[in-house]
Amino acid sequence: MAKTLTFTPDDKVHAFITTIPEVSYEDGPLSGVTVAIKDNISTRGIETTCASQILKGYIPPYDAHVVTLLKSAGAAIVGKTNMDEFGMGTTTENSSFGPTLNPCDPGRVPGGSSGGSAAAVAAGYCDMALGSDTGGSIRCPAAFCGIVGLKPTYGRVSRYGLIAYANSLEQIGPMAKDVTGVSRLFSVIAGHDKRDSTSVDRPYIHTPNPSVKGLRIGLPEEFFGKGVDPKVADTVKKAVSVLEQAGAEAVPCSMPSMSHALAAYYVICTSEASSNLARFDGIRYGPGGDLRKSWHEEFSDRRQERFGKEVRRRIILGTFSLAAGYFGRYYQKAQTARQMVRDDFARLFGEVDMIAGPTMPSIAFKLREKSDPLQMYLSDILTVPANLAGVPAISVPCGQVEGMPVGLQLIGRHFEDEKVIDTAFAYEQGAV
Amino acid sequence: MVVSEDVRKIAKLADVGVDDREIEEFTSQCSEILTYFEMLDTLPQGATIDRGLVNIFREDEITESLSQEEALRNAAEKEDGFFKAPRVM
Amino acid sequence: MEHDDVIIGLEIHCQLNTRSKLFCGCSTDFRDDEPNTHTCPVCLGLPGSMPVLNKKVIEFAMRVAKALNCSVLKECDFSRKNYFYPDLNKAYQITQYDRPLAEWGKLMIEGEDGERDIRITRIHVEEDPGRSVHMGTTDRGKYTLIDYNRAGVPLIEIVTEPDLKSPKEARRFLNKLRATLEYLNVFDSEKEGSLRVDANISLKGSGRVEVKNISSYKGVEKALTFEITRQRNVIRRGQVVARETRHFVEARGITTSSRSKEEENDYRYFPEPDLMPMQVSDWVEGIVLPELPDARRERFMQQYGCSLEHARTLTGGLKLAEFYEQVAKADPDLAATWTADYLLGELNYRDFSIDAMPIVHFMELIGLLKADTITDKSGVEILRIILDQVKNGEKPEMPASIVNRLGLAKTGGDEITDMVRAVIAENPQPVADYHAGKGPALNFLVGQVMKKCRGRADPGHLNALLREELGKMQDGA
Repeated sequence: MAKTLTFTPDDKVHAFITTIPEVSYEDGPLSGVTVAIKDNISTRGIETTCASQILKGYIPPYDAHVVTLLKSAGAAIVGKTNMDEFGMGTTTENSSFGPTLNPCDPGRVPGGSSGGSAAAVAAGYCDMALGSDTGGSIRCPAAFCGIVGLKPTYGRVSRYGLIAYANSLEQIGPMAKDVTGVSRLFSVIAGHDKRDSTSVDRPYIHTPNPSVKGLRIGLPEEFFGKGVDPKVADTVKKAVSVLEQAGAEAVPCSMPSMSHALAAYYVICTSEASSNLARFDGIRYGPGGDLRKSWHEEFSDRRQERFGKEVRRRIILGTFSLAAGYFGRYYQKAQTARQMVRDDFARLFGEVDMIAGPTMPSIAFKLREKSDPLQMYLSDILTVPANLAGVPAISVPCGQVEGMPVGLQLIGRHFEDEKVIDTAFAYEQGAV
Repeated sequence: MVVSEDVRKIAKLADVGVDDREIEEFTSQCSEILTYFEMLDTLPQGATIDRGLVNIFREDEITESLSQEEALRNAAEKEDGFFKAPRVM
Repeated sequence: MEHDDVIIGLEIHCQLNTRSKLFCGCSTDFRDDEPNTHTCPVCLGLPGSMPVLNKKVIEFAMRVAKALNCSVLKECDFSRKNYFYPDLNKAYQITQYDRPLAEWGKLMIEGEDGERDIRITRIHVEEDPGRSVHMGTTDRGKYTLIDYNRAGVPLIEIVTEPDLKSPKEARRFLNKLRATLEYLNVFDSEKEGSLRVDANISLKGSGRVEVKNISSYKGVEKALTFEITRQRNVIRRGQVVARETRHFVEARGITTSSRSKEEENDYRYFPEPDLMPMQVSDWVEGIVLPELPDARRERFMQQYGCSLEHARTLTGGLKLAEFYEQVAKADPDLAATWTADYLLGELNYRDFSIDAMPIVHFMELIGLLKADTITDKSGVEILRIILDQVKNGEKPEMPASIVNRLGLAKTGGDEITDMVRAVIAENPQPVADYHAGKGPALNFLVGQVMKKCRGRADPGHLNALLREELGKMQDGA
């Protein structure tokens, strides 16, 4: 039975790029639940821009797999959320439609790149949202806006229809006010899709269980040391003690591969991005160009005009990494570093069941606070390891510093998203 | 360490326009970031990542294509069922 | 042409005849259809679409690898080749780079000095780009039209070592390869553009030139012959042959230097993250190869008593070989001669493939020849009539009916004797020349009789009869 609802939020924080004033939905496990979708996930008949001028007006002729699943689960898809252009950013300031503001403090960023999704949930505009996480893009805004966000195990959610930024790293994941909401949304979107060759057949059929008795939680020293705001580190340690009181055991440990993880991450993501973003030539979709110019001239001009600076910077960095003379020093060595991160996780997960630390090294930045690209990149240091290894990681709110939310990040073994969710749920229950 | 000529060359290879006002800014930023990347060069060569899956195939079955109209709907320029692009040479 | 110093290597792209494309379910059968009617988000390169590998393509490529004696890598994968071109839907081509499907094989050809193995460097799988049509004029503005129906059609690229010594050897290699692919049932050579060749050619001690864009079998020999002459002329003028990429202009039979930025291109290959690696080397054992051209050639010699030359010709294409085996049921000798020597010539002349000849008609023709009902000359005439009817889109007439309609049945006895006598009576001067010992006069007289009977006389019989009648005249005189 088709039903409809109206959706007219007073979008003070500019969470949405597109809203759907009248939404129809069906029966199902999410019937009538309002869900916002990051604007890099294809929606049939609804403009999908990746917050970029280069895709202005692009209306996909097909739904991403997750959108098909949401519709058949009865979810009410209420709009497309703002983001850093193509997912390239940690603040949602790099949107060609203007920045999203943090609902907790409009003078601060909501985090990124799924900042619109996090803000829409935090501001109460909708019940849940989908984000995508390439190097922390779900967990960072979840932490900055005080909501829950999960980056699932790589392959557990189909990427078919997700406009690729860095294919080998990213996953679509659920965002909601609490762990139960994240779990409900995850149960709808997880599962095998034959159109995504990297998809694995591991559906999520689970209800959060707050038991952590005997759970060994590793606290890598690198997550609490240099570059991490001590007040944020303390808040997270207190959160871990809540889990200890519930029966978990905290174990100090170390992740030496962290020293190379960020460089490896940026080499890999910019390399893949430089290739992924080359297809936006304005021929098959997107705003057209000047047919009187020659191909390379027109293409180059168009990309200058319609890509933001950060996108062009990353295309250039990625092109450097793959170019003859650099490939062996950057791209290939990044694979070595990536394997070291994987090996570190494998070793640690022999000793502990879960790794805990802050999601972000600080609270949400003030608007325009991070103007230097490398400084901005460095703030991703705690989130990128999970993407490099493909393991599941969640951010759950765990208190405040200076009145702003702090996120506890929990990282689990491959395909143990259930355990990650359970641990976050245990914290959420214990902290009440 | 890269100089503006390197950035110009790479930008041309990537077909991304960078104008003269931006080139200095891009060069100093890229230089800083690439210098940061250089820490990787101390690592040994040659890890292949275990991707976890092998031999993912589909059967040789025909599925429905888009109609010509659907295929062309998002195109800015079209002619007689073709997409239209600038000349290459 | 002297060939001792010529070094040629080929890169051959063949479309595999799977039903659906390499990475999506769109049909590969697009040639008669409107542009952009065989596309989907994947082969249009729409944002968010992802490739899924067609298993049949790998099975087909493995068959080729086994037939060419290649070793299949334990693990191989796909890479992205990044370059910008309007018909390249994603601005990268998914291909295989440092880990191809198979490498190090060989294919035997009839070379300049006998049979020789040509080494195969590698075989890899990749996707075909779309098709560009260049439009407009310089003054009114140029632009390109693009059709993505072809985008994503599966290709294999077969790369040879520089083992070929002449344009003729290159052609023979291609013909042998084509036949092999046909026998393997993975390739349809009839489809336009189903085989494209890039050739590397150099003269010993000179720069290597790559000739791209050769899209026909005959074109390869032409392009290479042109290129050898051009390079020799460059050297003769005391200049240096530049290492470069040239394009073959089929219509003019020449190669031209390409001023594109292709040569300086840096393709920035890296592994395709949306596809998982393949481990398929253990499939090799399970592949049962059909009879291949060399084996069939041997069998034709054994089973049908074909000459080496005929056997080689008749096994040079799958359909041709199958055609011959049908016709051989009537008479293997006549079938071999008439297929290889007469029919193929007539087909080539008309740019026809073997499909053009209705087999029932051809078998009846062989029957008429075997029964000695018609002469060879009439046989050829009948062939031409039938093929011309096919060409004009008419229903081809049965040979027996043509024989009746045109009265082509072999003549003999009284009718021919009468004609001989008439010709002698009508041509006193040549007759006198004959009697004066001028040999060619007899040929003239034979010709005159043949003209009268429209070629229905057996040439040997006619010759004897003429001599006999002319002899009688002399005896009588």
